[in-house]
Amino acid sequence: MTGMLLLVMMIAPTVAAVGCILIRTPRVAEALNLVASLIVFVVAILLTILSSSGPYHYLSDYIVVDLTGAWVVLCTAIVYLLASIYSVGYMRLLDEDERLWGFYALFAGFALTILLSSVMNNAGLYWIAIELTTLVSTFLVGFERAAESIEAAWKYIIIISAGISLALLGTVLFYWCGSFVLGPTYDMTWDALRQAAPKMNPALASLSFLLVLVGYGTKVGLAPMHTWLPDAHSESPAPISAMLSGALLNSAMLGIVRYLTIADAAQSGRLARTTLVAFGVLSVIVGALFIVRQTGVKRLMAYSSVEHMGVVALGFGFGGPLGIAGALYHMLNHSLNKSLMFFGAGNVMRSYRSKEIRNIHDVWTQFPVPGALWLAGAAAITGAPPFGLFLSELVILRAGFERGYDWAVYVTVVLLIVIFIGFLNHFRTMYFNASAASEDRPAPMSQWCVAPMWLALAPLVAFGLWWPSDLWDHFMAAAQILTGSAP
Amino acid sequence: MLVAHLTPLASSLFSLMAITSLLLAFVMLGSRWLNNYLYAFAAESWIIAALSAAVGFYGNYPELYLIAILTALFRGLLLPYLVWRIIGRLNVAREIHEILQPSSTLVAGAICVVFALVVSYHIGQSLGLAGTVAVLALTIMLSMKLIGFLMLTVRHEALSQILGLLVLENGIFLGAQILVPGMPMLIEIVILFDLLVVVACFGVLVRYLVAHVGSTSSLDLNRLVG
Repeated sequence: MTGMLLLVMMIAPTVAAVGCILIRTPRVAEALNLVASLIVFVVAILLTILSSSGPYHYLSDYIVVDLTGAWVVLCTAIVYLLASIYSVGYMRLLDEDERLWGFYALFAGFALTILLSSVMNNAGLYWIAIELTTLVSTFLVGFERAAESIEAAWKYIIIISAGISLALLGTVLFYWCGSFVLGPTYDMTWDALRQAAPKMNPALASLSFLLVLVGYGTKVGLAPMHTWLPDAHSESPAPISAMLSGALLNSAMLGIVRYLTIADAAQSGRLARTTLVAFGVLSVIVGALFIVRQTGVKRLMAYSSVEHMGVVALGFGFGGPLGIAGALYHMLNHSLNKSLMFFGAGNVMRSYRSKEIRNIHDVWTQFPVPGALWLAGAAAITGAPPFGLFLSELVILRAGFERGYDWAVYVTVVLLIVIFIGFLNHFRTMYFNASAASEDRPAPMSQWCVAPMWLALAPLVAFGLWWPSDLWDHFMAAAQILTGSAP
Repeated sequence: MLVAHLTPLASSLFSLMAITSLLLAFVMLGSRWLNNYLYAFAAESWIIAALSAAVGFYGNYPELYLIAILTALFRGLLLPYLVWRIIGRLNVAREIHEILQPSSTLVAGAICVVFALVVSYHIGQSLGLAGTVAVLALTIMLSMKLIGFLMLTVRHEALSQILGLLVLENGIFLGAQILVPGMPMLIEIVILFDLLVVVACFGVLVRYLVAHVGSTSSLDLNRLVG
């Protein structure tokens, strides 16, 4: 059953991508991608439910569906569906109809590589899947072909390739660590490494983990390796920004989490966790500083992604059932919320024909409904109740106290308040400042572009008010596996 | 563990090849001409291919012969050809954007090697492998990594950056042959193919850079800040 579902989930975007290349009609490509994303979404929900009785292994152990992996698949599928709906409306505005088939082919391919990386059971193949996500998404980042987008794409591929090569070095060194225990040739699955870990040399394991952390941390956008992120997120088309932020970053975080459990078992857990927490705090600091003084609306969202990935890193770094549950929950909430924010930013950007915050004004009177949705999202992303992120951040901070990282919690709380003020201040200027020249009316928004905002906000409110007990059980089971305690 | 019981001849052969490829990395670091980079890179790849074959011979890993052939073909011929085509399209013969003089860069590279040596010496001691070729392999792996990053930071021509990335990868591949010769072949082959795709992507992007930005120097990529 799970195997069939997995197969369907992989085939749907593949068929969509191949279909787009063969047919090359913009409207057909849109429809193909939309159907594929819908199928992936349904399958991902089923997979997440089924994963609790797993883990399931396929293709002679190269593929695994486990609790944490399935959760990342679910987050990816949600963003993929929302972004596919949104791109129908948004991409028509770009007036690039003759190249649109290429966009949708790459889009489906991008989703496929992210999904693939989340179910890889072999550390080497996981690295390759992550590398593929970069190659596919580079061309999506540069899709608009303006000088800025090409610049962003170039920086993206150079920085990520350099960073990810550190992860490859770490992977090779981990293989070397394992070969002292398991013999010269073995399958480098996560489980095999974990079983070999207690006998690994702690110094070598620490070095390997730090290399992997910096490598995949580049892809996650942890400061100070985040420099590609604001450029790529702000210059790509809005649906791609949502995919990068809500789906791609999580899939790279998954690698760090899996290596973290190995480092824990190799008795270098304390060093590993403290480093991860330090990166997390630094990301929140960088996020806060750049959010306060930001001038571009999409760069504002991008730095908010740096901040939230920092918070997720804090959750996993603190560890313990509470930290892991909070971090996993935060992943989902952030995926939903950041999609909403990028959709809103894309809409506003197109309507006012500017990426600058100072050129956007009177959103409240011009666009009451989408404006209200976007403002609710802004309140949510800064961690205000009653939205999901408030709950997950609270849980992560509690985990910090529980695990003895009080300093990190205090710093983070202060910074979150700074971000709350800074972020919403930008929204105040965009919503309530009257325009200097009232004759330039903003262009209206398409319903395709507003509907996904509703779809993203509704679960966000629901998750803020009510944490379903099934989700809690899922997180606890995942935490038990990740921390290595018996179920 | 292969490195623990090598004959002295094999061990010195491995060391010789590893050190030659490190020297070639320094050739790249000290040169201004893009063509020289390319020749040094191709030579380095051939040495890595020879090393794979030698490790296969002395360690009884027949599958490494296949890796050696593929390395020679892909890294030694196809990749330099792809990069050479990009050079031809660009009409840039030499690096004109360096921040550091090649001579100062060489000194910085030497410092990187010393740092790598200290780290690997420490690791080698804690593993009980001090004085074996494993420590040398680890040193060269880490120092080629650092040299690659050095090239990325002090050079600004798009092509130098591509070649810097390739040096990063070469270092890993070289170290992996000595340290983990038993690494499953599937992964090594996929990584080889992956590198080809990466360079192809770079080729396309360089074309866009020329067409839409009008320059291939990263110094001119300064629109996005803050």
